[in-house]
Amino acid sequence: MDAVLEIAGLQKTYRSRKGVRRALDGFDMVVEAGQVHGFLGPNGSGKTTTLRTLLGLIRANGGRMSILGQEVPRHLPAVAGQVGAIVESPQFFGNFTAWDTLSLLADAGGVRRVRVEEVLELVGLRDRAKDRVRTYSLGMKQRLAVASALLKEPRLLILDEPANGLDPGGIREMRTLMRTLSESGMTVVLSSHILGEIQLICDSVTIISAGRRVAAGSVAEVLATHTSSSVKVRLEPGIDLLGAAEILRTAGAQVELGTDFFTVGNAGNPAQITRILAERQIYVSELTPVAADLESVFLELTGTAPVDGQNRQVDQVSAGWGQ
Amino acid sequence: MSLYRAETRRLVKRRFTKLFAIGALLILAAVVVGVFLTNQKVGPDQIAVATAKAQADYRQSVASTEQMKTDCQAAQGTAKASQFPPNCEIIAPSESDFQAEWYMPATFGLKDNLPDMITTFAAVLALAAFVIGASFVGAEWSSGGMMNLLLWRPRRLQVLSTKLAALLVGVTGLTVVTAALWTAAFWGVAKTRGNTIGMTSGVWQSFGLMELRALVLVLVAGALGFGLASLGRHTAMALGVAIGVIVVFQFGVAAVLAVAQVKFPELYLAPFWVIAWMSKEYTAQDYNACNLDGTGTCQPDTLTITWQMAGSALAIILVLVVGAAMWTMRKRDIT
Ligand SMILES: Nc1ncnc2c1ncn2[C@@H]1O[C@H](COP(=O)(O)OP(=O)(O)OP(=O)(O)O)[C@@H](O)[C@H]1O
Ligand SMILES: [Mg+2]
Repeated sequence: MDAVLEIAGLQKTYRSRKGVRRALDGFDMVVEAGQVHGFLGPNGSGKTTTLRTLLGLIRANGGRMSILGQEVPRHLPAVAGQVGAIVESPQFFGNFTAWDTLSLLADAGGVRRVRVEEVLELVGLRDRAKDRVRTYSLGMKQRLAVASALLKEPRLLILDEPANGLDPGGIREMRTLMRTLSESGMTVVLSSHILGEIQLICDSVTIISAGRRVAAGSVAEVLATHTSSSVKVRLEPGIDLLGAAEILRTAGAQVELGTDFFTVGNAGNPAQITRILAERQIYVSELTPVAADLESVFLELTGTAPVDGQNRQVDQVSAGWGQ
Repeated sequence: MSLYRAETRRLVKRRFTKLFAIGALLILAAVVVGVFLTNQKVGPDQIAVATAKAQADYRQSVASTEQMKTDCQAAQGTAKASQFPPNCEIIAPSESDFQAEWYMPATFGLKDNLPDMITTFAAVLALAAFVIGASFVGAEWSSGGMMNLLLWRPRRLQVLSTKLAALLVGVTGLTVVTAALWTAAFWGVAKTRGNTIGMTSGVWQSFGLMELRALVLVLVAGALGFGLASLGRHTAMALGVAIGVIVVFQFGVAAVLAVAQVKFPELYLAPFWVIAWMSKEYTAQDYNACNLDGTGTCQPDTLTITWQMAGSALAIILVLVVGAAMWTMRKRDIT
């Protein structure tokens, strides 16, 4: 399979009067053709920055990128016609109707006008197409944005949080739309915070944290390599569960008590648990890795799991315990 | 080409464009109506009335001078004599002091009055072009439409210059059509409420050139509005700069120059440069200076702003602003 999208060592530093901010710090990403690829990361980790850089809206400070085998931004004009994109809930000129907006884009890009009707139908805006965009709800604007990205029948579709503001029905429609599009041969890159959704529709994912890639691969692979993050611990009968949990907590573990067991959330190295407990003459009778879902893997990899009694600030990442 | 067509369509579709274009046309229409109503045709009847009035005034003046002379002579030797000139030397009015043409009603002579009208036309349309140009690109920036467009057409300079081209062609169309109507309207006014005496082909030609200069002025104003709004990525930026220039620069500088008694304050004020551009030259005068001429009267120092000077100034400002807009378009991140 060919890589439709390749990013290597991407660097971006924002400079302002307040100082410099390193948004991307050697970020890598590969998306194979025909996949639905999830692009995940906490707030402020650099997803939108990556997509903007890729689409030529901002200039990278270093690194290489290519789309459909063409190096960008140098050959961007050549490939732009094959890349449909929305970047972070795009805004439209409020006094134009959806139809005006799309037909102007179609004219500018040399796309047939009938396509406008088609995409409006596709995103469910057909009957509101002659209303001014100013009068649209958040979800309707988002649908219009998706319509604008689909307008040029792209080979690569890049959607930055397309589900933002969509109703449950809309989210499900979006899911089927992604599937249909990818079955028709389109490659889709999707950034989202709704991880259940990503797990359902994505073939592969890239997880970014603080401007670097922390995981990549098919969803199954990513889940498999990180199932050990959380373990279920059972002790010999009659042992004080509460006391043992306290001991582990003081050592920094995130312990959650069950009825006759407890789980340790951030156990990158489960051997630590047995060692610490054994030192106190407490012996473990069962230690099973908990099958992780994408959400817990994400929280562990990005170090953004909420900690009791703390308000995590954006840009703040805690190292996993026991790693 | 498809981009150019799309941008033209966008320009024409915008309510702001329509609003200001129609507003400018209404103002111009109001000027035509006003001029029409305040002028009237001068025929033999009006000449006769004016001549009669002039002669009546002349006779009245002669009579009152005579009266004064008699009063003066009667007062000689009394205390009242000091109220009169010595020796009762009162100059009798001459008939040439009461010319019939000064008693004529206002009439619209095309040759004399059209230049002012063309300048008015240029000013109104230039203002409209500035605002339309600023909002055309400013709203695109602030609404995020520019970013969407760049996802379709990544060549930034091409996008911005196509937009500018669409604007300038649109403004040219509007100006040329309106200028033709404007000239025709005042030709009509002259026919019905004045005269077209002295309209040789040379005069027509010079009016044509003046309208051409008006077109250039309007285009420069449009491009400046466009450039400033694109620099600031907001319509308000261009309008802010314009208001700032008018308030701070023109009024403020005018006051400072007056206090500092600068020799030719007009040199620092934009309107005079515009007048120079439109009327081919503007002569600033300094009445504090006295240059004796042959007849022994004082002549002020003068300084002439020629249309070439004004044209160069316009060109320099244009190149600076549009150049800066293009440069930042190329360089700056779009977020
Ligand atoms: N125009 C800008 N100027 C300065 N810093 C910026 C700018 N845009 C983004 N940043 C910074 O770059 C970092 C990455 O931002 P980015 O928008 O890429 O995050 P994100 O992953 O899209 O987050 P979210 O999930 O909230 O959309 C953040 O720390 C942000 O503050
Ligand atoms: Mg984002």
